[in-house]
Amino acid sequence: MSRKKDKRSLFEPAIVRRALWDSAIKLNPLYQIRNPVMFVVEMGSILTTLLFFQALSGKGEASPGFILHISVWLWVTVLFANFAESMAEGRGKAQAAALRSFRQDIEAKLLAGADRKSKITYVPSSQLRRGDFVLVEAGNTIPGDGEVVEGVASVNESAITGESAPVIRESGGDRSAVTGGTQVLSDWLVVKITANPGETFLDKMISMVEGAKRQKTPNEISLDILLAGLTIIFLLVTVTLLPFSIFSVRAAGQGSPVTVTVLIALLVCLIPTTIGGLLSAIGIAGMDRMIQANVIAMSGRAVEAAGDVDVLLLDKTGTITLGNRQATAFLPSAGVDTQTLADAAQLASLADETPEGRSIVILAKEKYGLRERDIESLGAVFVPFTAQTRMSGVNLDSREIRKGAADAVEKYIGAQGGIFPREVRSIVDDIAKEGATPLVVAEGTRVLGAIRLNDIVKGGMRERFAEMRNMGIKTIMITGDNPLTAAAIAAEAGVDDFLAEATPETKLKLIREHQAGGRLVAMTGDGTNDAPALAQADVAVAMNTGTQAAKEAGNLVDLDSNPTKLIEIVEIGKQLLMTRGTLTTFSIANDVAKYFAILPAAFISIYPALGALNIMHLATPQSAVLSAVIFNALIIIFLVPLALRGVKYRPLGAEAVLRNNALIYGVGGLIVPFIGIKLIDMLITALHIV
Amino acid sequence: MTGNDLFQIVLYFGALLLLAKPLGIYMARVYEGEQFLPVRIIGPVERIFYRLCGIHQDEEMDWKQYAVAVLVFSAGGMLLLYLLQRFQGVLPLNPQKFPAVSPDLAFNTSVSFVTNTNWQDYGGETTMSYLTQMTGLTMQNFVSASAGMAVLVAVLRGFKRHSAKTIGNFWVDLTRSALYILIPLSVIYSLLLVSQGVVQSFSGYKRVALTQAITYNTAKLDDKGNPVRDAGGNPVTEKAEIKEQVIPMGPAASQIAIKQLGTNGGGFFNVNSAHPFENPTPFSNFLEVLAILLIPAALCATFGRMVGDMRQGRALFAAMLLVLIAFTALCTWSEQHGNPRFAAMGIDQTASALQPGGNMEGKEARFGIANSALWATTTTAASNGSVNSMHDSFTPLGGLFPMLLIQLGEIIFGGVGSGLYGMLIFAIITVFVAGLMVGRTPEYLGKKIEMFEMKMASLVILIVNALVKIGAAIGVSTKAGVAGVSNPGPHGFSEILYAFSSAANNNGSAFAGLSGNTVFYNTALGIAMFLGRFWVIIPVLAIAGSLAKKKQVPASLGTLPTHTPLFVAFLIGVILIVGALSFMPGLALGPIAEQLLMGR
Repeated sequence: MSRKKDKRSLFEPAIVRRALWDSAIKLNPLYQIRNPVMFVVEMGSILTTLLFFQALSGKGEASPGFILHISVWLWVTVLFANFAESMAEGRGKAQAAALRSFRQDIEAKLLAGADRKSKITYVPSSQLRRGDFVLVEAGNTIPGDGEVVEGVASVNESAITGESAPVIRESGGDRSAVTGGTQVLSDWLVVKITANPGETFLDKMISMVEGAKRQKTPNEISLDILLAGLTIIFLLVTVTLLPFSIFSVRAAGQGSPVTVTVLIALLVCLIPTTIGGLLSAIGIAGMDRMIQANVIAMSGRAVEAAGDVDVLLLDKTGTITLGNRQATAFLPSAGVDTQTLADAAQLASLADETPEGRSIVILAKEKYGLRERDIESLGAVFVPFTAQTRMSGVNLDSREIRKGAADAVEKYIGAQGGIFPREVRSIVDDIAKEGATPLVVAEGTRVLGAIRLNDIVKGGMRERFAEMRNMGIKTIMITGDNPLTAAAIAAEAGVDDFLAEATPETKLKLIREHQAGGRLVAMTGDGTNDAPALAQADVAVAMNTGTQAAKEAGNLVDLDSNPTKLIEIVEIGKQLLMTRGTLTTFSIANDVAKYFAILPAAFISIYPALGALNIMHLATPQSAVLSAVIFNALIIIFLVPLALRGVKYRPLGAEAVLRNNALIYGVGGLIVPFIGIKLIDMLITALHIV
Repeated sequence: MTGNDLFQIVLYFGALLLLAKPLGIYMARVYEGEQFLPVRIIGPVERIFYRLCGIHQDEEMDWKQYAVAVLVFSAGGMLLLYLLQRFQGVLPLNPQKFPAVSPDLAFNTSVSFVTNTNWQDYGGETTMSYLTQMTGLTMQNFVSASAGMAVLVAVLRGFKRHSAKTIGNFWVDLTRSALYILIPLSVIYSLLLVSQGVVQSFSGYKRVALTQAITYNTAKLDDKGNPVRDAGGNPVTEKAEIKEQVIPMGPAASQIAIKQLGTNGGGFFNVNSAHPFENPTPFSNFLEVLAILLIPAALCATFGRMVGDMRQGRALFAAMLLVLIAFTALCTWSEQHGNPRFAAMGIDQTASALQPGGNMEGKEARFGIANSALWATTTTAASNGSVNSMHDSFTPLGGLFPMLLIQLGEIIFGGVGSGLYGMLIFAIITVFVAGLMVGRTPEYLGKKIEMFEMKMASLVILIVNALVKIGAAIGVSTKAGVAGVSNPGPHGFSEILYAFSSAANNNGSAFAGLSGNTVFYNTALGIAMFLGRFWVIIPVLAIAGSLAKKKQVPASLGTLPTHTPLFVAFLIGVILIVGALSFMPGLALGPIAEQLLMGR
């Protein structure tokens, strides 16, 4: 799998510098209000700052030093959250800047018509509109997204894909799409522009990686609602604590009510700041991981949906099997020895440059020691494959050796007055039943036997599909083969189901059936005839080499055009949701320890007996409150790498994943703050900070 | 805990486990309109009733229509009950000639009974006529419970149905709850209770001579009713003697059966099931405490059956049971442990053949510690609110657990219907967090939990939480609120916090120290009860409607299983953290501070 060569490290200095600056700019309350949790923290910071100034004037509720410490750390909390978001954005921005350099305005050769020879006018590429025709010659940059209508050329698409090997683009077929910003290396193309400036693939890519058009995804909004709900609950907890403590002071006849500073500290510690501060960073980072995998998501929704996929539709050829079939056995007819068959098969294939032909020569050599011979020195004449005969072979002296599909050979033999032996027919049927493809070899009127061509399942696919099954994802192989062959390959590859003799209609129908059953379907596609199915699928990965229609129908584009990528995409989607879930659990579990730090500190003057709740034995009420606030801020910055990288993903069933994550982030979230707060308390006591 | 304590608790939960499943399945069959024997017997009555009321059985409602029906029905009930109290003086069946109930008390009481709270700011035997008790209060005992069950059934349909617009017919669900479940069970229960000596009579109060006359000093009053003072300005006292007592009577058994079964809790007499005519024997006590949880527990089985997966019901039941057993054990332990101040004075508080030991203040000798603690935790777990001992007199820690059970949101079994739909809201939130953790858009029972559900679920939790906290904050900051407190120190704070927790969560039990029958508390608690019931029902029904519209997602290995011990543990974690955490500061200033002070 080709990855971008310039893969960025997590904390690249340039990105960090920029993020530091951005996190200060993001203190703007109008920006913060998008995130209710952090908005509350910022309001708390402002309020404590005011309280600090009031304390300086001598009328404060506590010592100015204490209020200042709290206030500073609250500001730091907001800054840390901003920093996390800026870091996530920064990685995208750096990438966007690189992409933007390809989007320069260049001079385009506008053609009057769809013909290379029509009149050329030179216009800036920014003035091209949908439907215009342009000529692009060797050395030129393609001025906009479009479809090749004439010509063949090699194109360097490294600007988009990061892959330096040039690709062929030609009119007609599935390789007709070109992307603006890529460069023609040889020959020429006439391109019909399909996107107006500002709407091109490059533009979309830039805005996606930059996160400029980033909209919150459905699950993110649901989580936001829950976090906002919790924030309001904790706001009520702290606000009502003031009258409660005033009443208690009267009831106990001693102590003083809890101070506003401590209440704000308690509030900030209780509301889910860890997840609230990291939420948008997690989302952006998820998108970024897609980009690292060389996949461009057309919406954040698609990334999230990828985690929910229940059914994967995978094309057989190229995804599950290697593109080519390979010869695996020679099965002779009665009365023919294998050596004779192998010899004839080798002769018939010597000049056959197809991968199948090559594999026959290799098999003959490996299994029967037949060395490769030079067809020219033998004086043989190669008979190439034609659509009419559907056979190929050689004429050598008086020998006429042919190989081809059983029915084609049968017709050929029949025409020459020969008989197609019954046992060969049964050999052919057996091969088909095994999911392989039979090729029959004949010499003159005599049928020598059959060659078995097997689809070769890619290494590691079986394990991959087993993983998918463990994750509860059903894999379906799509193939144009007949059901017998399809069933055999499906069994070998270990997919759950298959669709044989697939057509665009049957594919679309299959997707609809699964969706009607409430399942989410993912598929890959590249051809124009895949477009309807891609549009219907919930997660549709279009190959970058595919047609414009396919790319527009898909919601993800794989720049590597690697159909196996779908599996990776699902993992990234799941990882994104898991990161949100685990950090939410961690954040809420943290509250227990914070209560034990702050509550005794807040009420000890009213009921000294409540000191028994100070189970961490924190030094003073002030140090306890400050330690909790500092821990709350630091944990955000400690978790930035986790938010950006995502939690570790293992392909296990839901129950196992929940157990692992609940243990690490739930139980861990209960314990860690007890240790952290105690350590901070020891440190600030040793340093005599409060 | 003593061996006897343990035996009582085990016996209780054993009986509950035994009865819950068959009753639950019976209820599911009733709600699903199955044709079986009881339906064939009672069916004709049901159909006549529909014809009289003009209800079309097959006409289904969407969630908004359903919610409107619930609200209209409850508003009507509230108005009727209010008028009944205001005019009881001129209405029949009032042998004690009780006058009209005051407007604020009548408001409080009507809200209280319609919301299935049954908070009582009145003393039954000194305020309400038999007519009010029977046609007003007992009537609401039945229908408010039925309404809660109806709403639950609508929610269950939301889970069960897919791509559907409607969630059932409120009138049918309401009628069936009463006709097939509450009325037959109450009849059986009343008879059992009468057999134990619970009164059921229309006769007036009886006067009987005391076997031993009581004499006491009382302030001497002049003709105008002012205390007479001697030369030193001290009040002059005179001897008074009481030779006879008044024994209140009334149709109690029928009301007690439904007050227990329908998680109502409004006693016929002021001291509720501590009264010997309401709860005379250990066996009647066992029956009554069993009745508290019977239907809420059985509804878990109804849930499992209706959504087609009994394991799901079992999981929620397990979560409820585990929390309740733990709290019951802790409460019993705390009560049996007794008062450290007494221990310091050398008073023997250990259980022996001669004494129950522990803290017996406010407890009936015929029930002892185990059955008092068990009742206290079950009645608060189940939003019942009836009592057989005074929670106010529990040790601070012993009183904390009942209060916390209320504050968790009345979802540990909870009220009939309302408890389970509240628990389902928590299950939805748990599924959401846990579902994200396994890397999928969360699903519960095949339904995707999305934005709308989260919005409504957050609202449900938020509303009740806000009512308790804001209510208590007003209570402690206003003169009228503080005036009701009868105990000093943290205990007074506990009383106010308990009152608003109880009202907003529709429990109805009281930390008896608070004088609730004031304009302030009648009004404030009335509002809390009203909002705590109906502002929750509306979003809950909205979730039902939204779920019914969704497609059913088939479960796969990637789906979070919601019936496993792991999920149950996670659910309990969420309940304790969301429920308990937000009340920690309040509890620290109340029972926790009090307990720690006591230990000094």
